[in-house]
Amino acid sequence: MTTDTTPYSSDERSTGLPAGGPNPPAAPDVKPGDSLGREAWRRLKQNKAAMASLVILIVMAIICVAGPWFMPWDLDEVDWEAFMAEPSLSSGHLLGTDANGRDLLTRTLYGGRVSLSVALVATVVSLVIGVLYGAISGYVGGRVDNAMMRFVDIMYSLPFMFLVILLMVVFGRNIFLIYAAIGAVEWLDMARIVRGQTLGLKRREFIEAAHALGVKGSTIVTRHLIPNALGPVIVYVTLTVPKVILLESFLSFLGLGVQEPLTSWGVLISEGKDMMETAPWMLLVPSLFLAVTLFCLNFLGDGLRDALDPKTR
Amino acid sequence: MLSYTLKRLALAIPTLLIVITISFFLMRVAPGGPFDGERQLPPEIEANLKAAYHLDEPLPMQYLRYMGNLLQGDFGPSFKYKDFSVTELIVQGFPVSLELGFWAILLALAIGLPLGVIAALKRNSSIDYLVMSIALGGIAVPNFVIAPLLALVFGVLLAWLPAGGWNGGAWQNMLLPVIALSIQQIAYIARMMRASMIEILSSHFIRTARAKGLSESEVIWRHAMRPAMLPVVSYLGPAIAGIITGSVVIEQIFGIPGIGRYFVQGALNRDYTLVMGTVVFYGALIVLLNLIVDLLYSVLDPQIRYDD
Amino acid sequence: MSKALLEIDNLCVDFQVPSGTVSAVRGVSFTIHEGETLALVGESGSGKSVTSTATMRLLPELAKVTGAIRFDGEDLLKVTPKRMRRIRGNDISMIFQEPMTSLNPLHRIGRQIAEVLGKHRGLKGSAARSKVIELLNQVGIPEPERRIDSYPHELSGGQRQRVMIAIALACEPKLLIADEPTTALDVTVQAQILELLKDLQQRYGMAILFITHDLTLVKHFADRVCVMRYGEVVETGETQALFTSPQHDYTKMLIDAEPQGTKAMGDANAPVLLEARDVHVRFALKKRLFGKSEYFEAVRGIDLTVRRGQTIGIVGESGSGKSTFGRALLRLLDSSGDITFEQVDITQLDKNGMRPLRSKMQVVFQDPFGSLSPRLTVGEIISEGLKVHHPEFTRRDRDARVAEALAEVSLDPAMRNRYPHEFSGGQRQRIAIARALVLKPEFLLLDEPTSALDRSVQVTVIELLRNLQRKYDLTYLFISHDLSVVRALADTVLVMKEGQVVERGIAAEIFAAPKEPYTRALMKAAFLTSPVSAA
Repeated sequence: MTTDTTPYSSDERSTGLPAGGPNPPAAPDVKPGDSLGREAWRRLKQNKAAMASLVILIVMAIICVAGPWFMPWDLDEVDWEAFMAEPSLSSGHLLGTDANGRDLLTRTLYGGRVSLSVALVATVVSLVIGVLYGAISGYVGGRVDNAMMRFVDIMYSLPFMFLVILLMVVFGRNIFLIYAAIGAVEWLDMARIVRGQTLGLKRREFIEAAHALGVKGSTIVTRHLIPNALGPVIVYVTLTVPKVILLESFLSFLGLGVQEPLTSWGVLISEGKDMMETAPWMLLVPSLFLAVTLFCLNFLGDGLRDALDPKTR
Repeated sequence: MLSYTLKRLALAIPTLLIVITISFFLMRVAPGGPFDGERQLPPEIEANLKAAYHLDEPLPMQYLRYMGNLLQGDFGPSFKYKDFSVTELIVQGFPVSLELGFWAILLALAIGLPLGVIAALKRNSSIDYLVMSIALGGIAVPNFVIAPLLALVFGVLLAWLPAGGWNGGAWQNMLLPVIALSIQQIAYIARMMRASMIEILSSHFIRTARAKGLSESEVIWRHAMRPAMLPVVSYLGPAIAGIITGSVVIEQIFGIPGIGRYFVQGALNRDYTLVMGTVVFYGALIVLLNLIVDLLYSVLDPQIRYDD
Repeated sequence: MSKALLEIDNLCVDFQVPSGTVSAVRGVSFTIHEGETLALVGESGSGKSVTSTATMRLLPELAKVTGAIRFDGEDLLKVTPKRMRRIRGNDISMIFQEPMTSLNPLHRIGRQIAEVLGKHRGLKGSAARSKVIELLNQVGIPEPERRIDSYPHELSGGQRQRVMIAIALACEPKLLIADEPTTALDVTVQAQILELLKDLQQRYGMAILFITHDLTLVKHFADRVCVMRYGEVVETGETQALFTSPQHDYTKMLIDAEPQGTKAMGDANAPVLLEARDVHVRFALKKRLFGKSEYFEAVRGIDLTVRRGQTIGIVGESGSGKSTFGRALLRLLDSSGDITFEQVDITQLDKNGMRPLRSKMQVVFQDPFGSLSPRLTVGEIISEGLKVHHPEFTRRDRDARVAEALAEVSLDPAMRNRYPHEFSGGQRQRIAIARALVLKPEFLLLDEPTSALDRSVQVTVIELLRNLQRKYDLTYLFISHDLSVVRALADTVLVMKEGQVVERGIAAEIFAAPKEPYTRALMKAAFLTSPVSAA
């Protein structure tokens, strides 16, 4: 260990192993001025699976959003010459048609729009409610925290999935209802995570130091609490998105999701299931899109978790 | 422990009340009544029917009446299955759903736990990567995709197993739905078990066990297994809820006469009392199973004291 | 001299990490004879723990170990895993630094001790049980018949370490490796554990390899000392000889790293800066939504008068309420009683009312890893207080003040664009001091500012604090469990126990002749028998 007597105290850490135990150090060779965020990004970039997933997801989003404009068929346009046509280049139906002669690729892309929009909106809903609720509960603490968390406990034990289905049955199929309902289910976990983070951070000495400096409460929340709670929140968001997509598909599959002429991956899978013996592509195409998206989102989530919290590796 | 159990049961009451109340009023604000539908009934007959089902009473009265009946295990009549009460349908369907769910959770544990342990012990080897990729696939491919694929491949193309039906619970009929139902949970449990096993294996008390001169298998079986399983035990609650939810589609796909199928058909047919009855029943079931799981956890972990 | 028990010969340990190879141990050689105690001393990163773990062959697989470890004539690096397991826990056993986590939380302690007996001695059932009770008795666990069925979480840290010792001694090993066995424990408990180890060593005639960073312990405990640095042995020798005439500069530095000097008593008529009367702090244990909450009183009625230029040291073990009291004085915690700062009653002030005073009363915390916001640069951290108290400053003004403060604590001002995780513990503590200093405070609360640092770094931080006090006429409230640091810095001392002051007075007098038995016990435990009485 260096003796700390040079004019400018040098970095004592660079000299070897910590005393703690037999585990080797993570060999920190940090370039000057690297923030934790940039370091995490560098680690993520080294994770090939996660980066490939990110690229695939971006491509998937672009083709789902922009793709339908370039397709020769519209969402519910019937090709009278091709009912349940196999995928083929010559007919122009690259991935075949369904029982009504509608182009499957077009419908799958439209379905992707719905699935992705639900994912986006419902995740944002859950993020906003969850972060606010959790941060308030954790920061205020005491009885308020106790009451707020008791409420979350009760909500947790509700059979939410079934209430959502009941909601759909009663109010009919409506995409905004789906946004709200799924968002309302998913905020509970987010609230718990943010509260846990806030409680932990509140006890950290740098928060106490900020209080000792006379920094205002609102500044402490925005400058110290939120940036430090962000890592786990980001990771959780990437894990929420696939859950939401799955939920929406599940509802659509049951026939409780979006309504004709709109469609979603869940609806297409449900239609495909009934035709799978004669037209297996009708099941396989939307299933593949859904599975690839979910696969990539999970990979990315795992990668982000490793990048933001190298200890969990 | 006893007082904790009682407290948890006490907390279950408001939960169930919320479920029942939400369901009840949602059903009442739903457009249309139970008797419009197939054909227009003469007004006086409709009035008679309404009186017979107490639908002419003020809403609070109806609510109290429903609660009273619930306490006696009566969920009211089904609107669509005219000859059956909701209670009868649930009593008929539940054993089937229970059997399906039981085998699914058992299979999930029987496969998920060993997979997770193997991946953890062979950490960062090709076996680990293989197991974890398969697990990720299990999470990414939802059960309503896997189920029809299984039915297609093993039921139709290969014709090894029946593609649907229950047949009194014969194992051939049960195999595919149980697999479809458990795949996702296998994946979650394997991932969770791997992570917690890795964490436990690097903990200080495992170092102590090794320093005692125990063999590696003694270290794992005696010292690592039980603490590593604790997170999985606490995941059992959500896992059970997931399997119950999943059984709704699986029963539908394989044509299995459990409550899940009644639920879906009830939902599609606007059979409000049936939907509501199943929601309340499922709610009670999930609350009860969560309580059992938490008590199981406290048995496994002596550090938990439920005396608060 | 008895015969050699353990000979370590040119031991090297390399770790393969993604960025290359880290050599943790490079050619270490030493010998332990039967029945003797050898202390392996070094600061963090010296490779001492890696050496001992390698002896037990407990290093992770990615470690590459070369050289020879001969135990009773057998090279442990060459024996089969099966043979090695016969040796572990039987011929060589080990106790660790972390008593709280080293026992399996799900097994009763009796079972954990009996497990070794079953493994190496074939003892089962009631024979094992009576042996376990005997062992618990020997290691000083009260009521062993009842305690044998306890779970680890039902025992205190000291008791858990005793159970670890019982496990280690169950098979009467020839060599006990004790890796910082008392570091995580309070000083009084530390003394008891060391005494126990000495007792048991005499009874069983075993050798001890004692690994520590604390030279004070070595002086009283070891027969011979082996000093390590950067994975190499710097010096080996008889304890007495090594302390009286150290050969190597590093050893000299370590010995000198004992905090030296004392502070002269401040001016007794200096104006009173801070005054506290009958301060109580209580915490809610269980907050109930309805009904009565339960409270724990951490501070029970303390008076304190701080005069300008003074350094008041508050000493106590963990849980004594010393840190809580310090935070209450700065109004970081709610308390009852009166606190005045510069004749202003601050107990009645709200957050906004306190704000102007905050620049005059600052704080430095213990944990160099937790006290700096990880997502801000060092410059942003230090300038945060300036933004609050000097909103009129321009960016350039602030930057200049930050650079000045960094230079003041001997850090390169160019470092202000870096993030905290790029700095070592000692450097971070300097940054924390700079953050307080930049506001030009009059009163500084120092809450264990040196406890997490290596001795050699500790000394430089203490020196820095001393210089700053002289230069700016600062007033310190210094909280520590480490008596030697308090002796070096404080002119007045308060000894706290269970939320109350047991003894207070002039530092020199208390260290020379402590009146209260508790203070005496603390000093004896810290081996601070004063030079005067020793003569």
